[in-house]
Amino acid sequence: MSIADKYDAIRIAAVEKIEKMKEKPHVLVGTATCGRAAGALTILDVFREEADKHQLDIIIDEVGCMGHCYAEPLVVIAKPGFPAMCYGPVDEGIAKRLVADFLVNDDPCYDFAIAALEPNDEFPTFEDFPRGVIENKIILADCGLIDPDDIDHYLARDGYAALAKVLEMEPYAVIEEIKSAKLRGRGGAGFPTGVKWERCFQAEGSPKYVICNADEGDPGAFMDRAILESNPHQLIEGLIIAAYAIQASTGYIYVRAEYPLAVARLRNAISQAREKGLLGDNILGSDFSFELIIFQGSGAFVCGEETALIASIEGKAGVPEHRPPYPATYGLYGKPTVINNVKTLSYVPHILRKGADWFRSIGTENSPGTAVFALAGKVVGTGLVEVPMGTTIRELVYDVGSGIKDDKMFKAVQIGGPSGGCLPESSLDLPIDFDSLQEAGAMMGSGGLVVLDEDDCMVEIARFFLDFTQKESCGKCTFCRLGTKQMLDILTDITQGKGSTEDLDILKDLAEDIKMGSLCSLGKTAPNPVLTTLSYFRDEYEAHINEGRCPALMCKDLISFVIIPEKCSKLCDVCIGSCPTEAIYTRPDMLKAIYLDKCVKCNNCMVACPPQYKAVIKVSPPIVEENVEGGRADE
Amino acid sequence: MELLPGELEQIQRDTAEILQHHGTERQELIPIIQEIQEKLGYLPKPAMEQVARALDIPEVDVYSVATFYNQFRLNPPGKHQIKVCMGTACHMMGGHIVMDSFERRLEIKEGETTPDREFSLERVACVGCCALAPVVVVDEKVEAKVSPIRVDGILLTFEIEKSEQEKEQEKEQQEGGTEE
Repeated sequence: MSIADKYDAIRIAAVEKIEKMKEKPHVLVGTATCGRAAGALTILDVFREEADKHQLDIIIDEVGCMGHCYAEPLVVIAKPGFPAMCYGPVDEGIAKRLVADFLVNDDPCYDFAIAALEPNDEFPTFEDFPRGVIENKIILADCGLIDPDDIDHYLARDGYAALAKVLEMEPYAVIEEIKSAKLRGRGGAGFPTGVKWERCFQAEGSPKYVICNADEGDPGAFMDRAILESNPHQLIEGLIIAAYAIQASTGYIYVRAEYPLAVARLRNAISQAREKGLLGDNILGSDFSFELIIFQGSGAFVCGEETALIASIEGKAGVPEHRPPYPATYGLYGKPTVINNVKTLSYVPHILRKGADWFRSIGTENSPGTAVFALAGKVVGTGLVEVPMGTTIRELVYDVGSGIKDDKMFKAVQIGGPSGGCLPESSLDLPIDFDSLQEAGAMMGSGGLVVLDEDDCMVEIARFFLDFTQKESCGKCTFCRLGTKQMLDILTDITQGKGSTEDLDILKDLAEDIKMGSLCSLGKTAPNPVLTTLSYFRDEYEAHINEGRCPALMCKDLISFVIIPEKCSKLCDVCIGSCPTEAIYTRPDMLKAIYLDKCVKCNNCMVACPPQYKAVIKVSPPIVEENVEGGRADE
Repeated sequence: MELLPGELEQIQRDTAEILQHHGTERQELIPIIQEIQEKLGYLPKPAMEQVARALDIPEVDVYSVATFYNQFRLNPPGKHQIKVCMGTACHMMGGHIVMDSFERRLEIKEGETTPDREFSLERVACVGCCALAPVVVVDEKVEAKVSPIRVDGILLTFEIEKSEQEKEQEKEQQEGGTEE
């Protein structure tokens, strides 16, 4: 039996199984980590209980993440005779209604629906919204629609077809195809994947290794986790193809131990692939054998750096080594090794199935394909998005993300995590691709995109990232180890109102020195958040230093909480109950006021104050005690 | 931290058992100590010494790896582990305020355990639920959009649970007493 015949046999079996399942009503509950945080497991139980109660013959499946995090928990219901509908956010009551009204009777409950999954005459689809028009899903296409714990779902959607095709190609032809597609590494730097593979292919030494870098350490990014939890087979297929291209016999998936669900789903996916003969000895009856091992990283941001990641697998502290030699020639245990990011490898099966020309037709000339972003922060439509390269930041924030929360003013986007930078409103029309972002002083990074509004202090965010990189610096290079500490101390002083004007020049000098004197990208890019905020938001730094004022009212040492007597109500005292330190008291006139010395600035009273009063406000610079109106009640 | 009576023997037994199904190559080190931490909740000194002997590497090598990575802890965790996410999105949505609230309520700093070993408080870099910020992981359960008021709620749940358990225990003891 040829490779193609063998593959067709397992694919057809999977298609038949899935077709048969489709005859029954289908409920899909998104139970990736983000869905679970929103309560998806409870919803799953409700559907199961209600289905039992009504004695329904339906299939209830756990799926991954569709990327619409703002509407979690998400549920998709596909009932024969109706278009498949997506509902969210679903609570217990809605879940019960959906079972009783839609599954038992025939009312699709459009009130709770977000969109339909296929065109119909009744309800708009995702493609009818601005987000759907701009998005072009390749590696996220099946996420949230297929059961990650059942390989047949992936097989039925032509999964592993690229592998079957590749196994009949020459290894070098596979590399040529990837080179011709101009696929660039999605880990951040954008190095051409084909060139990396070619170098490793040509390198002397055996065995060779291929490693998937799933050590998503960027605080604010969750694309890799969502892909691992939603469609692990796509990655595994990409890894096997990479291994075949460079003729590696062993592969590793280096995944963060903080992602327990991703690890569990990967383990299951690997064992299922092995059962089907897609992994292990003589894959699909060919001469090619490949083993895949999961290695759990232990939480060190620097391990995203190739050489540190290799040290970590070898059982050492993850300290980077000088490059060259690059891992492609001298990597794991001194052998040629290819290291690719989760997203990079996930594109591989699609490119081989649809061809390099198809891939190049998406995105821009030098950055073809799509970019996956984890959209978070002060944006309405938080979630995972996949847009063609070259989409502008404005389209991403306002069309895909539906704008800023609570009608606040846009201030900046933080792109690329601790290695990236903050881009201001004037950069909104910047096209997103590897090169334009680098020019603007930011970086593609791994794809975290945090939207900041008027309430976010740019000095504080620079301090936050420096705090992160300073803690994560491995300590090998002096400039990175000590320089980031110095920068952090200066920034902390500024946020506490203890800065001086010279500090800004010292920050710039230190930033240049750290960039020059560090071995790996952690140090080389660590000053980026400071440099970009300094160049685009210098006025905020100056307000902190010269006026002792935080314009965004965020830096704790520079603000006071006060209750405006004109807005406060005599009849309401929720703020008093909300205060953890008994800092709020009732004045003789029954209005409330805050003891400034007792206030810990926890924000509780501001949240608790009913929206019709909104009497609690923050002021900066902070109020000095004697200026408090009315004074203290006990004085 | 002082070991309780009988704890050392338990540590040695568990460590030996874990070492048994691993090889003695250097690359086994991280998986081994990960497994020990999963079993015991932390990496006690005697366990690290035992691992060093088994892999025939200096003790300092085990210590350097254990302290390099954020995942490993050298102190026993509290009965309830509270991990406050300090990722970018959580920080901007008020994660630091949530951390402050826990510190104030539990009267410990991040990285510490309450003296009664009931709660331990940690910061984590990012749990990957940025869209639901700020996020706190309490005993592996992810709490979304946590406000300072919710902090009180979370701790209160445990307090109520504990006092109920104590009441039940008392009841059982009393019942046991009458039978005698």
